Amino acid sequence: MGQPGSAYSLEKPEQKLETHTMSVLVDNEPGVLARVIGLFSGRGYNIESLTVSETEHEAHLSRITIVTTGTPMVIEQIKHQLDRLVPVHSVTDLTVCGETIERELALVKVAGVGEKRVEALRLAEAFRANAIDASLEHFVFEITGRQSKIEQFVALMQPLGLVEVCRTGVAAIGRGPERM
Amino acid sequence: MSANENGSVTMTGAQIVLQALADQGVEHIFGYPGGAVLPIYDELFQQERIKHILVRHEQGAVHAAEGYARSTGKVGVVLVTSGPGATNAVTGLTDALMDSIPVVCITGQVPTHLIGNDAFQECDTVGITRPCTKHNYLVKDVNQLAKVLHEAFYVARSGRPGPVVVDIPKDIQFMSGTYKGVSNSQHKSYVPPREGDQAAIDAAVEAMAKAKRPIFYTGGGVINAGPAASKSLRELVHMTGYPITSTLMGLGSYPASDKQWLGMLGMHGTFEANNAMHDCDVMICIGARFDDRITGRLDAFSPGSTKIHVDVDPSSINKNVHVDIPIVGDCAYVIDQMIAAWKARNPSIDKEAHARWWDQIETWRKRKCLHYRNKSDVIMPQYAVERLFALTRGKDTYITTEVGQHQMWAAQYFHFDEPNRWMTSGGLGTMGYGIPAAVGVQMAHPDSLVIDIAGEASVLMTMQEISTAVQYDLPVKIFILNNEYMGMVRQWQELLHGGRYSHSYSEALPDFVKLAEAYHAVGIRAEKPAELDDAIREMIETPKPVIFDCVVDKTANCFPMIPSGEAHNNMLMGDDLTDEDIENAISEEGKVMV
Repeated sequence: MGQPGSAYSLEKPEQKLETHTMSVLVDNEPGVLARVIGLFSGRGYNIESLTVSETEHEAHLSRITIVTTGTPMVIEQIKHQLDRLVPVHSVTDLTVCGETIERELALVKVAGVGEKRVEALRLAEAFRANAIDASLEHFVFEITGRQSKIEQFVALMQPLGLVEVCRTGVAAIGRGPERM
Repeated sequence: MSANENGSVTMTGAQIVLQALADQGVEHIFGYPGGAVLPIYDELFQQERIKHILVRHEQGAVHAAEGYARSTGKVGVVLVTSGPGATNAVTGLTDALMDSIPVVCITGQVPTHLIGNDAFQECDTVGITRPCTKHNYLVKDVNQLAKVLHEAFYVARSGRPGPVVVDIPKDIQFMSGTYKGVSNSQHKSYVPPREGDQAAIDAAVEAMAKAKRPIFYTGGGVINAGPAASKSLRELVHMTGYPITSTLMGLGSYPASDKQWLGMLGMHGTFEANNAMHDCDVMICIGARFDDRITGRLDAFSPGSTKIHVDVDPSSINKNVHVDIPIVGDCAYVIDQMIAAWKARNPSIDKEAHARWWDQIETWRKRKCLHYRNKSDVIMPQYAVERLFALTRGKDTYITTEVGQHQMWAAQYFHFDEPNRWMTSGGLGTMGYGIPAAVGVQMAHPDSLVIDIAGEASVLMTMQEISTAVQYDLPVKIFILNNEYMGMVRQWQELLHGGRYSHSYSEALPDFVKLAEAYHAVGIRAEKPAELDDAIREMIETPKPVIFDCVVDKTANCFPMIPSGEAHNNMLMGDDLTDEDIENAISEEGKVMV
C-alpha cells in the first residue's frame, strides 16, 4: 500500500520549496503585527525575515516586508490568508511581480589587532561598508546590500574577530515608476 | 436618546452599545453579567427594545447565538464579562469561526488604566481570541466605540461570515462620547467579493456542458449566502439535471426528497455520493472547502475530474485540493451568473452519457448503504432517528445536534428540504453544542418545534442550559440517543485499538428523567421499540422543555464509513461486516490519523 494521503498524512508529497518576498500594506493599529505573526505561527508557515514600519503617516499605513519559504500551494495560501485579515489593505508577492530591489542593513562588530584588523578594514572597503564606530581593538561596520552580500561579508569577518551582528531584515520595492 | 439629524449625539459608552445594537436591528442577545459589564447591564435594564437571555455558561451564550444566527441568517449577539467570561466564550467563538457563523461578542474588560496589571478578572481577551475570531477590537476611545461596533457587525456578516469580538474596558462604558449611526461608506480595507469573474464562470459552464459524469458538491457557503442562494441552486441543479451531494454543513440547501439528491458525502456519507464523487469527470463545488472529512485520502480524491470551485474566501481555494476553475465570489451572485451563462449558452449536453451516469448511480443506490439490522427488543439508534423524522413530518421543525455518532445518524436519517433548519457543529466538532444552540433557535422561532438530537455524553457538557430554556419558556426537545458510551470514540477504539475501550464508557450517568424534573422540565424515557412512537408523540405535544432519554443499542456503529487513509470508493458498509473486517478496516498508516 502506498503512502496514505489524507490531510493527516505524516508525509507530504515532495514539492520544491520557493522563497518569496511579500509586501503587505496594513493599518498601523495596535495588534496588527501580532495578527500577521500569529497567522504564520498558527498555520505553520515560515518567516525568514520580517520588517515593519509606518510608511504613510497621514493614512496610518505600515508596510510589512516578509520573506517566506514554502511550496507554491503554501505561498498562495499565505498570500490569501494575509489578504483576508481585516486591517490588511493589500498583499503583493514581489517575487512574481516583475523585478524587485531587495536591501538589508547590518551592523557588524569585529574585534582584533594587527594584521587581522587591517584585513577587516580592507574587506570592509571592498564591500563598501562604513566603519561607524572604532577603537584600537574594534570596528563596527555598517553594510547595506542584498542578503547574499551581507552573508558573505559576515562569513569573511568570522576568522577576523567577529563579535556580533545585527540585521534589519529585508526591505523590498518593485523597480520602475509604478506603485505596487 | 435617538440620534439627531446629523446622526451624532452624546451618550455614555454603555448607552452607545445599546444604541448601536438597536440600530443594527438586534432583538435578542445572549449573555451573562459580571463586574466588567455592569454598566451595559444597567442600560439593558432600563430599556425594552433588546431582550437579553441569561444563559448558564458563556460557552452556551455563544452556541445559542450561533443557533440563532444559523436559523435566521441574522448576526447572533453575545455579551459577557472580562476574564473567565471571555475565556469561557472561546470554544463557542472557535466553533463559529470554523463553521463561518456571524456572531458579535461584546466582552467587558478591566478599566484601561488597569490593563496589563494582572487585575481581578483580567485576561488578554484580544490576544486570546485573535486566532479564534474573524477579527477583534479593544476599544480604548469612547468616541470610536460606535464606529467599532458597526464595523464589527459589518465584518461578522460580510464575505465569509465569522465571529467578531469587541472588548470594552469598564471606564469606557462609563465615559461620555459621540454616537454615530450606521455608515454606508465602504470599509477602507475589508471589501469581500460579490460577483464572480465572468470569464471563469463561462469556463465553468463550458466544462459543465461538456461533462459526461458531472456532480454538484455543495456546502455551508450556500446556506450562508441566504435563502435566495438555495433557491438558485435548485434552479441550476434542475436545469442541468445533474446529481448533487452536500457536506454536513450544507444539508437543506437542496431538498433531500428530490430525485437528483444523492445524500451527504464524506466519511459517513452515502455510498452513492462518495462513489459518484470518486468517478465523476466534472465536479462543481459550491461553498464547500474540501475538508479532510470530505476528501478522505487526498491523493486518491476524485482522480481525473475537472474541479470547479466557487468560494467567497480565496484562501479556501487550492488549500487542500488543486482546483482547475476557481471562482471567487458570493454563491448568491455566482449561482445566478452560472444560470444566466447556462441559459445563454443553451448547451446540447450528452444525454446518452448522462443516462449511463444515472444508471451507474442507481446501481450504487441499490446497495442501500444506510440499511441496518433492526431489532425488536432494543431500539436501534438509526431507527429512533427514522421514527423522529417520520413523526415530525408536516411540522415546522428545526434540528440541532451534539457531536458524535448521533450527529451522523441525524445527518443520515433525518432529511432536510429547506435551508437554515439544521444546526450542527461541523468544523470544530464541539460536544455540548446542541442544547444551547436549540435555545437560540427556539428564541428566534418561538412557535416551532426545535429538537436537539443528542448523545448522553455530549449533552452533559452543557446540560445546565436546560435551566435557561425553562426560565424563558423555550420548549426545546432534547432527544438523547443514550448508549452509555461516547459512541464515536467507542467505534474508533473498536476499529483502531483492538476493542480496548479506554475511558469511553460512562459508568455513572444521571437518571435523565429525574434530571429533567430537577430542572422543572419534563422527562420521558423509551426503552423498547414498541413504545418509541408514543413517547415521541408525547414529547412533541409537550409544551415545555423535554429531556427524552431514548435508551438505544449500546454497540451500534455508524456506517457507511470511509476509514481514515482510504479513498471514496473504499467504504466500510454496515450490514455485511465480520469481526475480521473490522479488525483490518484501517491500515497501519491510517491509524495515525484522526
